Amino acid sequence: MGLKNESVLREEKGIHRFKIDLLRKTNESSSLIPLLQSAQESYGYIPEDAIYYISELVGIPAADIYGVITFYTQFRLRPLGKYLIKVCEGTACHVNGAKKIVKAIHSELGINIGETDPDGFFSLQSVACLGCCSLSPAMMIGDRTYGSLTVETVRKILKNYREGAIEE
Amino acid sequence: MKEIKVGLATCGISAGGTAVFNEFKQQVSEKNLPVSLRETGCMGMCYEEVLVEIIENGSRYLYGSVTPEKVKRIVAEHIIENKPVSEWIVRGPDSGEQTDFFRKQKRIVLRNCGDIDPGNIDEYTARGGYNAIRMVLSSLSPEEVIGTILDSGLRGRGGGGFPTGLKWRFARQAEGDKKYIICNADEGDPGAFMDRSVLESDPHSVLEGMMIAAFAIGAEKGYIYVRAEYPRAIERLRRAIGECGARGYLGSRILGSPMNLDIVIKEGAGAFVCGEETALIASIEGKRGVPRLRPPFPAQSGLFGKPTNINNVETYANVPWIVVNGAEAFSRLGSEKSKGTKVFALAGKIKRSGLVEVPMGITINEIVFDIGGGIRDGKAFKAVQMGGPSGGCIPASMGELRIDYDEITKTGAIMGSGGMIVLDETTCMVDVARYFLTFTQNESCGKCTFCRIGTKRMLEILERITSGDGKEEDLDILEDLAQTIKRSSLCGLGQTAPNPVLTTLRYFRDEYIAHIKEKRCPAHSCPHLITYRIDPEKCTGCTLCVKRCPSGAIAGEKKKPHTIDPDKCIKCELCYDACRFHAVIKI
Ligand SMILES: Cc1cc2nc3c(=O)[nH]c(=O)nc-3n(C[C@H](O)[C@H](O)[C@H](O)COP(=O)(O)O)c2cc1C
Ligand code: SF4
Ligand code: SF4
Ligand code: SF4
Ligand code: FES
Ligand code: FES
Repeated sequence: MGLKNESVLREEKGIHRFKIDLLRKTNESSSLIPLLQSAQESYGYIPEDAIYYISELVGIPAADIYGVITFYTQFRLRPLGKYLIKVCEGTACHVNGAKKIVKAIHSELGINIGETDPDGFFSLQSVACLGCCSLSPAMMIGDRTYGSLTVETVRKILKNYREGAIEE
Repeated sequence: MKEIKVGLATCGISAGGTAVFNEFKQQVSEKNLPVSLRETGCMGMCYEEVLVEIIENGSRYLYGSVTPEKVKRIVAEHIIENKPVSEWIVRGPDSGEQTDFFRKQKRIVLRNCGDIDPGNIDEYTARGGYNAIRMVLSSLSPEEVIGTILDSGLRGRGGGGFPTGLKWRFARQAEGDKKYIICNADEGDPGAFMDRSVLESDPHSVLEGMMIAAFAIGAEKGYIYVRAEYPRAIERLRRAIGECGARGYLGSRILGSPMNLDIVIKEGAGAFVCGEETALIASIEGKRGVPRLRPPFPAQSGLFGKPTNINNVETYANVPWIVVNGAEAFSRLGSEKSKGTKVFALAGKIKRSGLVEVPMGITINEIVFDIGGGIRDGKAFKAVQMGGPSGGCIPASMGELRIDYDEITKTGAIMGSGGMIVLDETTCMVDVARYFLTFTQNESCGKCTFCRIGTKRMLEILERITSGDGKEEDLDILEDLAQTIKRSSLCGLGQTAPNPVLTTLRYFRDEYIAHIKEKRCPAHSCPHLITYRIDPEKCTGCTLCVKRCPSGAIAGEKKKPHTIDPDKCIKCELCYDACRFHAVIKI
């Protein structure tokens, strides 16, 4: 079954990019989280097949793996949009107007926190702090952090992504 | 030869630091300038990002708010003609000119931050880095190291304030064939960014602290648990660990001694409760990060059931300094029971937000006004929030309070990890309490009934109050629930979750009462309790607000006073932000 799943995964994405060396050495359960992280890195989310595959590999029942996945906010079971927006709702951002930023994103993209827009371009997530509090309110798109946001700059940034003016 | 340093910690990058760095690079190569251009970490003055420092013969000029356009002039005048562009300098070479931001600071943890290139081990060693571990390996016994840390009075900087030397002693004395050390870099506290800054700006000082701890307790394996939201910190740590391995500071037979140590990074997966030490250990073991009952403490039975020492990033970063400078040098600083310095992440409604390190015993007012420059936009100082979701709000009237573990605890707040969020008159304290309860309610692992359901009940009440439906008996219920949750929760999360509510009830009770009895939010912040109006005296009829309003609530003729239809208004505040004449008012 392990093999079958592996080939399913290969087919799905062309190349299966789990960190092979990690897999080879795996026999302790402490590798579960890194394995899930690398699955998510490869697919953008954790596909069901990957869960069964990992379950075989580390010998942990799939139900328990689901337990771990749903516990941590980082993991998701559904694919994300091309760009993940992490809007900060930490304390500094909250007192400096994070709500307005969330509203601006909402009015611009029509999505709420936890949602992906219909064409799969943006997903919106809320985070507790980006560690960029001195430039609050802040958000992160992909690996880039944007600070000192206003409703106007948010609109501009999102527009730039839409028009492909920003590349990853 | 001149040195140019560009601050490229996360906030420097998000303020546009990379473009500034590239512009310098281009100018340097185009004009073939004899300078050394390097990147560095957090310089502390985050409010002036992008920061660039130019150094020659010991004279230092720090430029703030640098843009690629400004680079051309800085190069032409300062680099080529030796005429510093004085109007852009935020900290000059003459000590008299030193800005107030630095005057009351004392940098131990931040000794190298913003000075060295975090990606180059040679810069760390050139400043005395790894001398402490050399000293330890060549001339000290583990007991002597523990004695030094005990004598220094260093207490854990992760929040609890437990004496670090004592913790090390317990782990040393515990029986075990294997022992572990862990660095807690989860920094889940919203509004705190000092651990990120230290890891991004000076990763080696943390690694060296871990090495010394490992020597003291006899561990051969170390873990750094970093939150995944900090990609830069992870990248720089990886690099630093790699460099250490190549130079023999990590691995087997460190620096030719009998000591072996490997350090690996574990990325956190985003759960606040994972910062709690037993939950963090479970998370490293690959399980759900759920706290467990103590004892046994990690010092006896921690990671994989072995004796484990766990400390915070800042705690470790202090250690090499203490070893090199002596316990006495450290314990001379600070107050009676809180020694040394503390790093604070200063943010919120403050003029100069940034990373500051001050001796313990300094007052809140000194931090807010002398260092932070006071409140933005001429508003009044209302309170500081310390300790995040486990802490509380200290009112401005207590500004003369000396900051140390015990003084802060007396107020009902806690020192916490060092987030200091400054609040002004426009911040509603009931909303702040509601905000934190939303946070803890979300983050509760759900194991204890009172933490799971009690915080939810408290949150519901706070939501009612902020939307104008509060009842008089709500305050008693809140206090009751708070006491029960504190008493019957298993871990620190639940035990401290009510603190933001309790402190605001204690110091800002009148605001709760105004919400409940008068259906009024004194800070004009709770959307349900405010209406927007246009002051006809001030309105010029510029129509800017009309264009912004998403709900068509504003009407009026050009050049004549406008009006807002309260029934259509969705309280988005865009008109308020847009009006240049302060004609939109909240009542
Ligand atoms: C809910 C909760 C979250 C915590 N989060 C952190 C954290 O993010 N970083 C940290 O260093 N300590 C955190 N702590 C404290 C740790 O449990 C532990 O006391 C600390 O890492 C010990 O290091 P120290 O002695 O150097 O302070 C947290 C505690 C609780 C109860
Ligand atoms: S107090 Fe809360 S977070 Fe801590 S173990 Fe209990 S339910 Fe979990
Ligand atoms: S923006 Fe201000 S001044 Fe202009 S029409 Fe609106 S309320 Fe009047
Ligand atoms: S608050 Fe928003 S909806 Fe209300 S009048 Fe102003 S712009 Fe329009
Ligand atoms: S609170 Fe938003 S970046 Fe820290
Ligand atoms: S100066 Fe940029 S992170 Fe502090």
